[in-house]
Amino acid sequence: MNGVHDLGGMQGFGPVVPEPEGSPFHHTWEGRVHAMTVASPTRANIDAGRHERELIPPAAYLGMSYYERWFASLSSLLLKHGLVTPEEMARGAADPAAPRHTPRLPAERVEATLTARGSYVRDNPTPPLFQPGDGVRARNLNPAGHTRLPRYVRGRAGTIERLHGAHVLPDSHAHGAGEEPRPLYTVRFTARELWGEAASPRDSVALNLWEPYLERA
Amino acid sequence: MAHDHHDHDHAHGQEPPSDMALRVRALESLLVEKGLVDPAALDAIVDHYEHKVGPRNGARVVAKAWTDPAFKARLRADATEAIADLGYMGRQGEHMVAVENTPDVHNLVVCTLCSCYPWPVLGLPPVWYKSSAYRSRAVIDPRGVLKDFGTELPEEVEVRVWDSTAEVRYLVIPERPAGTEHLDEAALAALVTRDGMIGTARL
Repeated sequence: MNGVHDLGGMQGFGPVVPEPEGSPFHHTWEGRVHAMTVASPTRANIDAGRHERELIPPAAYLGMSYYERWFASLSSLLLKHGLVTPEEMARGAADPAAPRHTPRLPAERVEATLTARGSYVRDNPTPPLFQPGDGVRARNLNPAGHTRLPRYVRGRAGTIERLHGAHVLPDSHAHGAGEEPRPLYTVRFTARELWGEAASPRDSVALNLWEPYLERA
Repeated sequence: MAHDHHDHDHAHGQEPPSDMALRVRALESLLVEKGLVDPAALDAIVDHYEHKVGPRNGARVVAKAWTDPAFKARLRADATEAIADLGYMGRQGEHMVAVENTPDVHNLVVCTLCSCYPWPVLGLPPVWYKSSAYRSRAVIDPRGVLKDFGTELPEEVEVRVWDSTAEVRYLVIPERPAGTEHLDEAALAALVTRDGMIGTARL
């Protein structure tokens, strides 16, 4: 979706404010939101979680802190999955008649789960269309749902730099429509192709783009 | 630890908890009551991201790459495997790529669409990495972003920006500072900064 989350190339947000190394959480509640999101049954689909944050209306999205967005998306996903009812959310207490669940992530499994080696690569018997060195163009796609094709590269020409194998396709997976693995590439675009003649002739931006996002240039 | 800010949301009895603190506490209590989350698991997750992962992990990877050419070659060929050999793996580090700064090339990592970041080697991202300012500008004005960090890159240095749009995560291998030939791996790791491994700073 052409949401406000797709920030690449926008201007007017001011300087970046550096921050010393330290705790990743600035308030205790931020750590709890992070932990609840990671432990929640809804975490099984990371793409759906990302899309839920994109669905926060633009003005609200920009006005929220990072973990306020996580809190909002966790709350709405719990409601969508029927794991919590609106009445329970409003009361802050469980319906006594509702069944009790078993936590998906018990304490004794946390360390092993967080450090487990996972992979988003899947078998896909169809050979990749492109090879390193091939010229490609990012297609001008404007899906209403989730995508990882940022607006700032759509219609722009780049070069395939690397093939990463077939990865789970977020555009499908986020909507519960299956993993639909497709070849994932690193595609490099020159800064001038993206931003015009005022950009440095040396600089470039590389993105990871799935094959359905690309056409031969 | 998150104790150096004005908005204390745990029971100190001096300031009322914030609205967000109350809402989060209410949700946690509801999820625990329904059996959807284990409160001890939440404690363990917070502890993991506060104490067990962080930029010191990545610094160890970088220092080893500086001192062990065979490791560096493996890191460049298959960063996921090479980093796993040092014991760093897991969520948001499933597919690692190491990119190396040289006198001619400077690398900068961003996630314009959300906040993708290599958790096992750098921990959770700083606030600025997740900010609209960084996510918007890193791709269109990387040299300006570097200036915000006090880093002025010569015109002749090529800037390569990496936008983390999939589950591939990047670690920048900064240039080894001059005059460090006498230092061992541990001393070198102490020189490596988080911002250096994102690419907003040079060492």
